[in-house]
Amino acid sequence: MNLDKPIRSKSGWQWLFRMAWRDSRASGKRLLLFMGSIILGIAAVVSIQSFSANLKENITLQSKALMGADFLIDSNQPANERVLAIMDSLGGAQAKAINFPSMGLFPKTGDARLIGVKGVQGAYPFYGELETQPISAATSYQEKEGALVDATLMLQFDAKLGDSIKIGNVLFPIVGELISAPGTGGVGASIAPPVWIPERMVDETGLIQTGSRVGYDYYFVAKEDQDLKELDKLVDPLLDAENADLDTHVSTGQRLGRSYDNFGKFLNLVAFIALLLGCVGIASSVHIHIKEKLRSVAVLKCIGATRKQTFLIFLIQIAGMGFLGGLMGVLAGLALQQTFPLLLRDFLPFDVEISLALGAILIGLVLGVLMSVLFALTPLLGTWYVSPLQVLRVEEDLPKKSRGPMILVFTAILIFVFAFAFWLLGDAIYAFFFVLAILVVFAVLGGLAAFFMRLIKRFFPVSWGFTARQSLLNLYRPNNQTTVLILAIGVGTFLISTLYFTKDILLARTSLETSSQTPNLILMDVQTEQREAAVASISDSGREVLNNIPIITMRMQQIKEKAVREIILDTTSTMNSWVLHHEFRVTYRDSLIASETTKGGDWPAKIQKEGYIPISLAQNVADDAEVAVGDIIVFNVQGVLMKTIVAHLREVDWARMQINFSILFPSGVLENAPQFHVLTTYTPDAISSAKLQRQLVRLFPTVSIIDLRQVITVIEDILNKISWVINFMAFFSILTGIIVLIGSVRTSKYQRMKESVLLRTLGAKDRQILKITALEYLYLGFLGSAMGIVLALLGSFLLAQFVFETPFVPSLAPFVLVLPGITALVLLIGLLNSRTVVQSSPLVVLRKELS
Amino acid sequence: MSKILNVSHLGKSYTSGSKELTVLEDVSFSINEGETFAIVGPSGSGKTTLLGLCAGLDRPDTGTVELCGRDLGGLTEDGLALLRNQEVGFIFQNFQLLPTLSALENVVVPLELQGIKNPGSIGMELLDKVGLKNRFHHYPSQLSGGEQQRVALARAFSAKPSILFADEPTGNLDQETGDKVVKLLFELNEEAGTTLVIVTHDMELARRNQRILRLKGGKVFSNELTASV
Repeated sequence: MNLDKPIRSKSGWQWLFRMAWRDSRASGKRLLLFMGSIILGIAAVVSIQSFSANLKENITLQSKALMGADFLIDSNQPANERVLAIMDSLGGAQAKAINFPSMGLFPKTGDARLIGVKGVQGAYPFYGELETQPISAATSYQEKEGALVDATLMLQFDAKLGDSIKIGNVLFPIVGELISAPGTGGVGASIAPPVWIPERMVDETGLIQTGSRVGYDYYFVAKEDQDLKELDKLVDPLLDAENADLDTHVSTGQRLGRSYDNFGKFLNLVAFIALLLGCVGIASSVHIHIKEKLRSVAVLKCIGATRKQTFLIFLIQIAGMGFLGGLMGVLAGLALQQTFPLLLRDFLPFDVEISLALGAILIGLVLGVLMSVLFALTPLLGTWYVSPLQVLRVEEDLPKKSRGPMILVFTAILIFVFAFAFWLLGDAIYAFFFVLAILVVFAVLGGLAAFFMRLIKRFFPVSWGFTARQSLLNLYRPNNQTTVLILAIGVGTFLISTLYFTKDILLARTSLETSSQTPNLILMDVQTEQREAAVASISDSGREVLNNIPIITMRMQQIKEKAVREIILDTTSTMNSWVLHHEFRVTYRDSLIASETTKGGDWPAKIQKEGYIPISLAQNVADDAEVAVGDIIVFNVQGVLMKTIVAHLREVDWARMQINFSILFPSGVLENAPQFHVLTTYTPDAISSAKLQRQLVRLFPTVSIIDLRQVITVIEDILNKISWVINFMAFFSILTGIIVLIGSVRTSKYQRMKESVLLRTLGAKDRQILKITALEYLYLGFLGSAMGIVLALLGSFLLAQFVFETPFVPSLAPFVLVLPGITALVLLIGLLNSRTVVQSSPLVVLRKELS
Repeated sequence: MSKILNVSHLGKSYTSGSKELTVLEDVSFSINEGETFAIVGPSGSGKTTLLGLCAGLDRPDTGTVELCGRDLGGLTEDGLALLRNQEVGFIFQNFQLLPTLSALENVVVPLELQGIKNPGSIGMELLDKVGLKNRFHHYPSQLSGGEQQRVALARAFSAKPSILFADEPTGNLDQETGDKVVKLLFELNEEAGTTLVIVTHDMELARRNQRILRLKGGKVFSNELTASV
């Protein structure tokens, strides 16, 4: 033999694969459990990835059906001559719709509710389906001059076909239930359910008045080969100058896609966390697995296998396991995504057809292999450093690994997590913070686990009884599972608790105070001539009018001496364009209200400039219009130009459930301008609120009433639905945590078996051994879940403090339900897995030890 | 007769806490090709350490080991592995079979490492010789201690090694089983013409070898032909 030649083993890859297979065959059951954790993580990622891909495809395919046309021109004022000319140049609109909120009154029961009226002219929709019951109603409502009423609304008020709905001054026969229509559905429909009527009837309702919030949509069918992107580029700037807008089905689809994308990204991150948790399980399982294989590695090296060969045998095994786990995860994920359309039904304005997304399948397989290998590398490196001498001297601990490769592996893991997060979020900074947050959570949990172990070791309660001492000892003895279990339990609990707390924060922002001085019923669009009668009507019903706010609509005509029309056409302008097109609803008063804080200047104004009216601007409007105190703005108040000077800036808490304004005028200026009013009152309960609403709608059919109590219910309902979806995803983390838990408990089972056999040989009873195990898992379950909750509490507090800027009152659910629930679960799993420990005879263990 | 193993001025010490423990000191001896050689001595005399150094499982602090004409000090870890695969066979006190492999698979691993195609028939032949042909598919946990050591014997001879190191081959067996294993070991060895180095504290087993090296306190106490012991 020539030993000077470089070492090349004559046994090739085939032998390595064979050895990997031989070892897996014997460790099958355990490896299957290891795979469990990665299967769930992959399933979560693949299901969401695949569903997101399907959603995008469906939005692209159904974008025409979602809009009901190829493109539309929309404005909140009727088309003027210039807009009409543009529309004519495009071949004229094929259909038109007028949209506005109003009160719908069901005379049969007297119930009234805020609805979204859509007055349609023409054969709209041109694409997609106007789904009604009966089917014929989709066209007959036009000729019958009837209304199509949202099916849920009809159910709510027990309305039947043939009943009537009163909208404004007109009583419409209900000719059909509106089941689905292009552009409806989602959150908006929950607050103001849609009702379709013929457009020619809109005038008769008398609802289009000063200050009414009306949207005008003009629908078009494109010519064949018409380039919609080009059209958008060409026509939109022209329409912008007329306060109108062109939307193509493509751009609307993209916009819709983006908004669902954000939610998808969030769910993806939750799934990714489940996957990472699975990786903790993989790392811990492989650690134990490799530790048991070290003697075999030494034997193999002794009979002539090289370091590379022994390393590769187990690397191939782990990669194979990851591939299989990935494959099973992909299959589970594909099955799981079938449930998503049901879960997200309330948020999607269309049906999603599920198909195989090859990209997601590939990601699942690659992730399975890559993450298994990456997270297994640290323990796997142990095989490299095992000395063949171990066949003669058995060392208990893993061989010491060199620092360089360990740092490399850790860096590779971080790079991978960052790259995957970046791919999911599409933003390097978000990805960085995500990785940082994960590191912090893992480090804090790992650090706390280590701290507790040291604490127990240092202050060991020597006076405690035998079982209590033994169970505590188990927490820090060699081969303990404390860190892994606390990580698994902690991360899972952290996720679930954070979801609860975040919901608390969001709901706290929307909750209503129940003081009789806080309004919960708002009357919109009250005309000046109706005002006194409306106030009297409210007072007669025993309620107090809390606010009587005049509102005047106006647009900005000039900002800092430059015409708004010019600014719109100026491509170099950095001003936020919404302020240029917006019709502001302005009020006048000389004081500030609770939701307003002075940021600059004074109110009432001290600035006096001849011929200029001092005004107060909300800070966000001032920022977007790029104006400061002392700047001049000219407003167009329904044809009359008013010169104003910015005298005061206010921070407005828009999230407060009260009527806030962007622009305030001082008293004594706008009193004679055409205006309408908003009245508010407080009703103590839903019944009195409904009674008052019925009465007001009967007397003032053109007035819209917003019942804040109902709005809150809708928001709560939406949040509940969203949190249900999030909980569903977090469930994967918990389930992964449980599998990691079962895996960890099982891997340490033999260790425990040896110890309990020794204890039993020395005279310990089964009950004592069970008690030791129970107490150990009780500590672990409690410590893990408590740490998870505390971390969640801390994270949510920071979120409330710095992001939502709201006081944070955590709900009790995580403490009352999650903490004992998870602790009990850990205890149960621990005890179930320890049954065989108690049942096994000492002889079996001793024999195994000998062999 | 040429020397297959040449040990010269070998020294090895371990650090235990702050104390340095000298296990072997200035050990020199050589073994001829085809010879049967026993290393004996009381517990802690350095027998197993010496075996590890001779077989290239560990590296000495001082001195040299020449095995099959190669200075082990000049070989890398992988070079040592290749040398062991092609020239060395092992038998251990606690058998050291791979628990996840069947009896036959255990026997053929050294052959597979040498890249020999279809080594099954060689493995079956060896299992037949040790009387375990019918148990070829059994895993180590399904075999008794004596049976496991017989499988280890078959494995040790499978790659036709030039030298075989046996560390207390009967240490974990009862007298009767131990005797059977020893008989089989010497039969197989005679048939293959392999050099045999046995580490033992069993003088009866030691006396079956041509030469006996006695270790005491890490030093060579005597190195004589068995007839003169």
